Order: sequence, then C-alpha cells, then structure tokens
Amino acid sequence: MRSLVVERNAARFAAARLASAFGSGRGVESGLGPLRLLETEAPALPDPSWCRVSTLLSGICGSDLATLDGRSSRYFEHVVSFPFVPGHEVVGSIEDPGASGLQAGDRVVLEPVLGCVARGIDPPCPACAEGRLGDCEQVAFGHVRPGLQTGYCADTGGGWSASGLVAHPSQLHRVPDELDDATAVMVEPTACAVHAAFDAGVTEGATVAVLGAGTLGLAFTAALSRLAATGRLPTPGTVLVGARYPHQRRLAVELGATDAVPPDQLPRAVRRRSRSLALGRPSTGAQQLTGGAEVVVDCVGSAASIAQCLEMVRPRGRIVLVGMPGSVHVDLAPLWHREVTLAGTYAYGTERLADGSGARTFDLAFDVVAAQRLGRLVSATYPLERFEEAVAHAAGAGRRGAVKIAFDLRRPRHRPARPGAGPHAGREPA
Amino acid sequence: MSPRPGLVLEVDRSTPPTLFWHGERFVLERLPEGSRVVYAPEPLAALEDPVAAVRHALLHPVGDSEPLPALLRPGMRLTICFDDVSLPLPPMAAPDVRQLVIEQVLDLAAAAGVDDVVLVAALALHRRMTEAELRHALGDRVYDAFAPHGLLTQHDAEDPDNLVHLGTTDHGEDVEINKRAATSDLLVYVNINLVAMDGGHKSVATGLASYRSLRHHHNPQTMRHSRSFMDAPSSELHSANWRMGRFIADSGVKVFQIETTLNNDAFPERFAFLQKREWEWSLRDRASYLAVAGALERTPARLARQVLHSVRAPYGLTSVQAGEVEAVHAVTTANVWRQQGVEVDGQTDVLTMGLPYICPYNVSSIMNPILVACLGLGYFFNMYRGRPLVREGGVLILHHPTRWEFHPGHHPSYIDFFEEVLAQTTDPVEMSKTYEEAFATDPWYVHLYRTGHAYHGVHPFYMWYWCAHALAHLGRVIVVGGDPAAVRRLGFSPASSLDDALELARDVVGPSPTLTHVHTPPILMADVR
Repeated sequence: MRSLVVERNAARFAAARLASAFGSGRGVESGLGPLRLLETEAPALPDPSWCRVSTLLSGICGSDLATLDGRSSRYFEHVVSFPFVPGHEVVGSIEDPGASGLQAGDRVVLEPVLGCVARGIDPPCPACAEGRLGDCEQVAFGHVRPGLQTGYCADTGGGWSASGLVAHPSQLHRVPDELDDATAVMVEPTACAVHAAFDAGVTEGATVAVLGAGTLGLAFTAALSRLAATGRLPTPGTVLVGARYPHQRRLAVELGATDAVPPDQLPRAVRRRSRSLALGRPSTGAQQLTGGAEVVVDCVGSAASIAQCLEMVRPRGRIVLVGMPGSVHVDLAPLWHREVTLAGTYAYGTERLADGSGARTFDLAFDVVAAQRLGRLVSATYPLERFEEAVAHAAGAGRRGAVKIAFDLRRPRHRPARPGAGPHAGREPA
Repeated sequence: MSPRPGLVLEVDRSTPPTLFWHGERFVLERLPEGSRVVYAPEPLAALEDPVAAVRHALLHPVGDSEPLPALLRPGMRLTICFDDVSLPLPPMAAPDVRQLVIEQVLDLAAAAGVDDVVLVAALALHRRMTEAELRHALGDRVYDAFAPHGLLTQHDAEDPDNLVHLGTTDHGEDVEINKRAATSDLLVYVNINLVAMDGGHKSVATGLASYRSLRHHHNPQTMRHSRSFMDAPSSELHSANWRMGRFIADSGVKVFQIETTLNNDAFPERFAFLQKREWEWSLRDRASYLAVAGALERTPARLARQVLHSVRAPYGLTSVQAGEVEAVHAVTTANVWRQQGVEVDGQTDVLTMGLPYICPYNVSSIMNPILVACLGLGYFFNMYRGRPLVREGGVLILHHPTRWEFHPGHHPSYIDFFEEVLAQTTDPVEMSKTYEEAFATDPWYVHLYRTGHAYHGVHPFYMWYWCAHALAHLGRVIVVGGDPAAVRRLGFSPASSLDDALELARDVVGPSPTLTHVHTPPILMADVR
C-alpha cells in the first residue's frame, strides 16, 4: 500500500526551503523536497490495546505545509521521529478495534496528540493528569518513538496513507452518523480553534481582532461565535477578521464575524471600533493605536502578523498565537511598554467552561462543526497519487478560492455520489 | 463684442468630437448624432477696477444696512470671516478676491480706530488651511499683520471654548456658531460666490457652525428635498440656513455681508481650448490640446495631479455687493446666473459629464472615489433650476479614473467610510442612522481635524448625502474609465468606454435614448424648461 512519507534528509529539506522561496509547496511540486510517495507496510500496533484505523479523509494543515517547505522551526527536531507519514487531521474507519470498545467499520476522528496515556506512561505527567493533553511533557518518551502528534511519529503512521494508521483508544472519537466525512475532518482543526477561543480570555463585550482567515482563522471565528451563543464563553462585542480574499471575508461574516476586511485594513477597523487615537503619521500608514482590541488572535504566525497584532492590541491586552510561528524577528518594545500578553495556544485537551465545569475540547469541536456546518470549508479533495497537485492547491488555497484541501482515501463506493454532497477527488469547488 | 450666452448644440455628422475631462486627463469622444451638448456662457467682462468696485460696495451697501464706515467705531470687537480653501476652483491667480476685500475692510477699520480685529477662516468641518493657502487668500501683508499675533484663526467646530449655543429655531434646530464671531460687535463675512449655492445666510450658519448645528440640514432628508440646492427657493438646505441665519440676526449678531462673483475664466492661456467650443478651435488651440493632452497622458497620474493643482485661474471679478445678507445675496444670485445660466429645453434620458481633477474638497489633494461621486451626483447633477437635466429613472454617465486612492492626511475618515460604511450600504438614510454618530464623534478624527489638515470625521457622510437627491432620482450611474472595484463600491457600474456605457444605459432607458452632455468646467447652470 502506498503512503506519503517524510524522511530525514537534510539535503531535501534544504532544497524544499530554497524552492519555497518561489512559493509554498514548490518543494513538493519540484520533487526535490522531503515528501515522497512510497510503498509501505501498515504500522505495527505498539500494544494490543491500540486500534488500526484506515483513513477516509485527511486534511492538509498549515503546519504540514511548513514542514514540506522546510520552514518548520528546529525546535521540533526532538519531538518528531523519522520517517513519518504526515496527516493529523483524520477521519477514518476502524479496521481493528483492539480494546477500544469500538466496532470495525465505525467512523472515528483522530485526536492526534500522543500524550502520556497513549505512550503507556503511568503515572501521567501533571498536564495529562489535568486533561491538558496539548501540554504533555512526555511527547518524546514512552513506548512509541518521539512525536508530538500522530502524523509526526515514525511508529503510528499518519493520515496520508493507504496503509492506515494505529491509534490508542484514547485518541479516537466516534463520529455521529449524521455528520458527513467532510464535516468530521474539520473536527481536529476546529478543536485547535476551540482551545484558542478558551485561551483568548475574551470578556463580555470585548473587541476581538482575528488576523488571517484560512482554516484556523475561520474555525476560530466559528468557534467563538458558537461557544458564545451556547453560553460556554462570554459574548464579545465585536469580532473583526482580517481576511485577504473575498471568499474568506464572506465566510468569516457567515461564521459570526461582525465584519471582515482585508488584513491591511484591520488596524483601521480596530481603531474605529475601539475609538482609539493613533500615534504616527497617517500618511505613512505606520501607526500605533493608543487603545485597540482587548484580544488579537494571530492565525498567521509570521513576523509581520505578530507586528501587526502589536499595533492593534490595547494596553494590557492579549495576543494569542494560533498560527504556528517559526523563527521571527519582531520589535517587542510595544509588548513591554504596553504590558501586552503574548500567549501561544496549541492543540486541545480539557476546557474550563463559564459555569466552572470541564469539557473535552473535541466534544466541543464536534458541536461547533455541526452547528456551523464547517464541512463547507473543505474545498477539494485529492487521491494520494496526485499529492503534488493537492499540496499546491493547499499552498495556494486562498488565492484559488479554497479553504481546506484534503486527501480522499475512501474507496469509490464510499464517496458521496451527488455533487455537493461532499468533497470530490481533485475537484475544485463549484 | 459682448460675450456670447450659453449654447445647446445638437450633434450632427459634422460635429467634431467633444472634449471630456477625465480626472487629470482629457479625452475626445464622438457623441451619437442627435445628442445635445450644453456649453457655458463665455466669460463676462471683468470689472475694470476691482479695488474701486469693492470700495464702492462697502460705501454703498444694499438692503437695510449702513455703509461699513458707519458701523465701525473705536473700542469695538470686529471679526472678519472669509471663505476657505474650497473656493474658488481652481484657486484664483493672485491677488485673491478675499485679499482685495479684506485689505479694504481693514483700511476702513484702521481709519475708524478699531483695534480689536480678528480674522476667522470659515472652515465649517473642512480641513484647516495651510500657511501658504492663507497667504494666497489674504496676501502677505494681511497674513503677516495678524497671524504672528494669533489674530488670524481658523474656525474650530470642535472647540467647546470657542463655540456659543445661541438657541434653537422654531423648527428645533440648534444654532451653535463661532463664539468670537457671535460675540463681536460686527461680523463681516467675505464670500466668493462661485456657484449659486454659496453665500446668503449659509455663510455664517454653515461656515461658522458646529456639528451639532450642521446636522440639522446636512442630512439625507434635507438633501433629498433640495431640488436643487443650487436654486435657493427650491432648496430645503437653504430654508434651514435661512431660518438659522435669521435666528442669528435676531440673537443680536450684526452681520455685514460681502459677496463677490467671478467670471468663467477658469483656466490660463495654455488651457484656452477648455473654454472654447470644439468646432471653433483654432490651429493654435488644436496644437495646445495635443501638446497638453499628450503631456498629461505621458505623465504619471501623481505628477499630472501636481501640475494641474498648481494651475491658477485668471478669474475676473464681475460684481461685488455688500450690506444686509438677504438683499446682498439676491443681487449675487442674479449675477451668478448671468454668468452660468443656460436655457435647456426638456430633460434627457442619459446625461454625460467629464469630471476634472478637482472639487471643493481636494484642493492640493487626491480626488478620492467619494469625492468623485459628490462632484458628479452632488454638484454637477444639481446644477439646474426647474427640473434636473436628466429625467427620473434616467442614467448618469461620468468620465473619471475613480482610483481607489485617498489622501490619508486630508481624508482619514473617508478611508474608513469607503472601506467600512460603503461596503455595507450606499443608502444615505441607513448610513446616517447606523454610522454617522460614531464617525462624527470619533476622537481620532476630531484630533486630526483640530490639529492636522483633516476633514472632520463626518464629512464623507455629508459628501454622500450631497448625492442623495441624484441617487433617488437616477436609474443607474455609470463611470467610464474608472477602477471597477472602486466604482462598484460606490454602487455604480463601471464601463471601459463611452460606447459600453451607452450600451449599459440602454438596458435602463430603452434602445434609443436621448443624450445630453454637460460641457464643464467652466461651470454652467441649466435652466431646464
């Protein structure tokens, strides 16, 4: 069976980095990068309790693209193991339920973080003990090789494989029958967004600015709106989204944004809503707001985006990094002077609700994807064999009118028959 | 030979192409046979001795007013207010009329022993004038005598310490104006009445007012019922200003009004072809056209803008009258009509106009899309008496590049208006309800208006309200040669050529529309029968 595999090959990573200077995904397109389609065996079960899962749909994430472009931070070197099969956004089908209690053929969504429980570490680390799976301190230890998530671990396989993957029962969430595959594959990125929404510290009536409206920006907007509507989070007064492309702006408003504007207009919109003054010359466009948004959510993760967030956040406000940053050069003087909190938010676990109770992030994400119909964000799917096209599409999703691109490993009879009923192999959205 | 009156030409096979302004450029368009082209009257003869004319007006006022010297006495507070940089267009070659008038008023004040004199630029909510603009309007002598001592001021509609609320009219309109002007023993207001809308009670009631006061007539309802605001008896805008003006007078504010009119000589010799009818272009005019149009075509827009904004008009003074506000304004209006009026028989299905690089709100600045709309639908559409030139449900075709471009220093709130408000609605009523207050009271706009050279935060709303009558009247607005995205944001239709525009227009007004082209500038007023 064939899988897309990333091998440890410094020359290929260097070539991918060079190629990506001409555009994200060029390393894959040129064949010089670290991603290759290979014949592989199904991964072995780490222990009998684990399940064997075959992929139905597996999304291409921004962090995957950073890896394929050779632009991931070297920070991750010690928490991944090679060779690995990418793909951590997975909706799959149980092939071998192991000790999970699930049935063969059940559809499941993968919660890919490989925490203490999955690694057989007992007692678990304090974070895992508290249900904060994303903060697990042991992602390089235990009976599977290092890997912060399935999709970055040499032992588990990943979603971009026809050989399937192996998962600990604690990583699997059964998909309700009424949820189609496209909606289900959005659960994992939406869980990241749900977690970010809780981390953002939004207060009642606050102004929230969201920079970036790819999958994460839109999922964050959707999650914030849904969580507020269901009383799980305070209701912000204004949610402004900076989105580069018209379809992103339309979706952002449909998903609950007060307004969506091009990213370069976002500081102006924040200034207007927060009734701030601005320092600096209007003619240069380089301004620092005197006030600003209480919460600024960076769904891009670049030096420019972090700098822009610092322009827009009010004193003692909070910037939440949702997009994965790498090595960046940013002037932190405003952060220091204005006592701004710059917070990272990663993955998911257990969230503390407004009433003090706890809820698993994935359970909340299932509610968000269903209520907000996030399957509509899956714009196109591809078979593994056309991975160059798939990656190119994902890398250029915004300008091509797309949001989420995924691999489709379903057998033809399992694919939705009607156009519009779900994603279709290699098809652009209508 | 006396100047020829305005003309309505019917286009036939022998008619040469018609000149259209297109922002910083010109184009020649061949109009369909049977189209009409409305030309302004030729420039009236200028007064031979403007200084003497001004002196005569000050000594021989009209209406119920004493001559100016009789109103001046030692120990009095005298405030001289004057129109700002928005008038005239293009700015006139030195000496500016304001300088001619104010120098003589000051001479009379000095002769009468008046020491307490302050000059106030009547900005309303416009941007503050620069030193260069003030020097140009007033002359170095006046500027240097007053500015260093803080006696040359610019009206600040957001300065609570220098505003006074005089009360409310019987229509419930707040009357709040410049405190120095309102508390002076005599307020002399110096106008340049470029169009019929200017002057009268509007000078003080608008030029020296606050937002609290202006909002009573600068709103969609008033604008829709001003048909047109260039024709005071039919203008709700003027009715409100007249109520306020009379209220100001009844409050004890003594106003000595000075109004001046200019001829149509809007462009210097090298642009003489702009003032002529195309079939009368001499060889020299054709050469000038080719040279100027060719040079502008090859010049980057930014540079072309600088070149054109440096043009100074050789306007000639055609009349000056002073005294009681309403009596003065009646004479002024007649003189404006004498220069600009053209009789036109019947309305048209399609009205075309070329828009130039300048309007009252972008002197030395960028004509952004909102100002394009305002010039076309606000000003030129309203240059009528009786009925609009274009029939109800008809089409207006504008020729202008309409770039998505703003001057961030002059028009900061315009940028947000364009990006935020027009993205949501083009309905003047809806935007006034939903957005106006927030823009008008935005502290950043207030700061920039008071300390920089920015138009007030609410100003882009007023520009859009200016269009309210046309927006309600027209079936479609088409912009030829404009940036499609900017044009669509305005709610208008883009077209790449006049032919395409006419094709689009036929969808609205039928297959064989009548077409009328307004050949401006120079400015004309259509008396539509």
